[in-house]
Amino acid sequence: MTTISDAFLLALQMMWQGNAELLSIIGLSLRVSLTAVVIGSTIGLPLGAFLALARFPGRNAFIVLLNASMGLPPVVVGLIVYLLLSRSGPLGPLSWLFTPMGMIVAQVVLITPIVGALARQTVADLWTEYEEQLRSLGLTPLRAIATLLWDGRFSLSTAVLAGFGRAIAEVGAIIIVGGNIAGYTRTMTTAISLETSRGDLALAMALGIVLLTIAIAINTGASLLNSFTRKTQGA
Amino acid sequence: MHAPAPLLPLLLEEVSFQAGGQRLIDGVTLRLEAGPPTVILGPNGAGKSLLLRLCHGLLQPSSGRVAWLGPAAQQRDTLRFGQAMVFQKPVLLRRSVLDNVIFPLKLRGMNRHARAERAQAALDRVGLAALAERPARVLSGGEQQRLALARAWALNPQILFLDEPTANLDPAATRQVEQIIKGFVRDGTKIVMTTHDLGQAKRLASDIVFLHRGRITERTPADIFFTAPRSDEAGAFLNGDLTW
Repeated sequence: MTTISDAFLLALQMMWQGNAELLSIIGLSLRVSLTAVVIGSTIGLPLGAFLALARFPGRNAFIVLLNASMGLPPVVVGLIVYLLLSRSGPLGPLSWLFTPMGMIVAQVVLITPIVGALARQTVADLWTEYEEQLRSLGLTPLRAIATLLWDGRFSLSTAVLAGFGRAIAEVGAIIIVGGNIAGYTRTMTTAISLETSRGDLALAMALGIVLLTIAIAINTGASLLNSFTRKTQGA
Repeated sequence: MHAPAPLLPLLLEEVSFQAGGQRLIDGVTLRLEAGPPTVILGPNGAGKSLLLRLCHGLLQPSSGRVAWLGPAAQQRDTLRFGQAMVFQKPVLLRRSVLDNVIFPLKLRGMNRHARAERAQAALDRVGLAALAERPARVLSGGEQQRLALARAWALNPQILFLDEPTANLDPAATRQVEQIIKGFVRDGTKIVMTTHDLGQAKRLASDIVFLHRGRITERTPADIFFTAPRSDEAGAFLNGDLTW
């Protein structure tokens, strides 16, 4: 019990003093996960909208695959990206293994199906509502993609936040691909994992508090955004 | 605006529409010419909304054909853009009132300045100019329907399909919508509408198409229809005896 409270106090102290190691770890985590979310959303949102509107052979199988990929085990993604990026792998010449770039790649693989699958559902629902009107106005389904993404922007932000939540919290993929190198590829989750096993609970606890705070902030932001738009936009 | 080549007449020939093994529209032949409004009447479930959707091209007939006979029907753009439809429950985009009107104008390749001007004129016409910057979804039911009409008006359609445009509105909003519809008529737009409101049909219709169980039982000038309907079904409907 004393360990927990000691660690907690030490954690608060580190946060209060702006411990340099702590800050650099948080900074890297945010940089990697935010970049991954931007890339994953840039791919996932149009992909989801396309799947909602286009009709082509194999579409249903593709959707099932995409939905299933929402639950990809991070360690497996980490392993596959590791193999791709390793010196003898097809992407070896990029030298991205054990770099933040490699971690971003792994997180993009994890996030894109989440954003894509959620976006597909949102856009499909919106299309059900809009279809007759948009077709009446002269829009073909594929030309409606941009319109539906824009009109679904508030609901779609939830999909993007879900992707970010996944990225910032996962450890399995980036610890394999990044290698948890101090000062270079050490993120909040990989550091917690390492420091806990080494017994340095204060740093782990401080990072844990920051992670929880970020998670709570994201969810609060999402629900505030939701009720705000419902009120002001009637959406 | 320049007068575009005409799209009308619209001809439906032996049009049937089936869904779930049921023949919901059954061998309808109908010719719609440019001119004063045509109102489609009939009990619930007669197929009035389906008929409008078949005319507008939102549904494809199971058999028979829907053909535009005017010279403009040869050009795909006029065919798509020469007609408009306003639905019972207006579907408004999650954008401002003004952007809702501008949206279809953009599709038609109108330049930024022209479409802003056109949209503004449309809002003026339906009395929504003061609400231009509001999100469309927070408008009242009557305002939403007027916005849907403004959006259609901005397109300057040759024919406008209206599906129960005042079904959910109070009397004041209904009267405003009817005024706007009369404005369309003055501009030379052919109105084809369904309604449950017999008073409205009397006020607006030039001729009545009576639909019963997916079939047209008669098509009669409005003044004759309301005094001496030709088909038994229409007579029973006007007396309130036709339940479906």
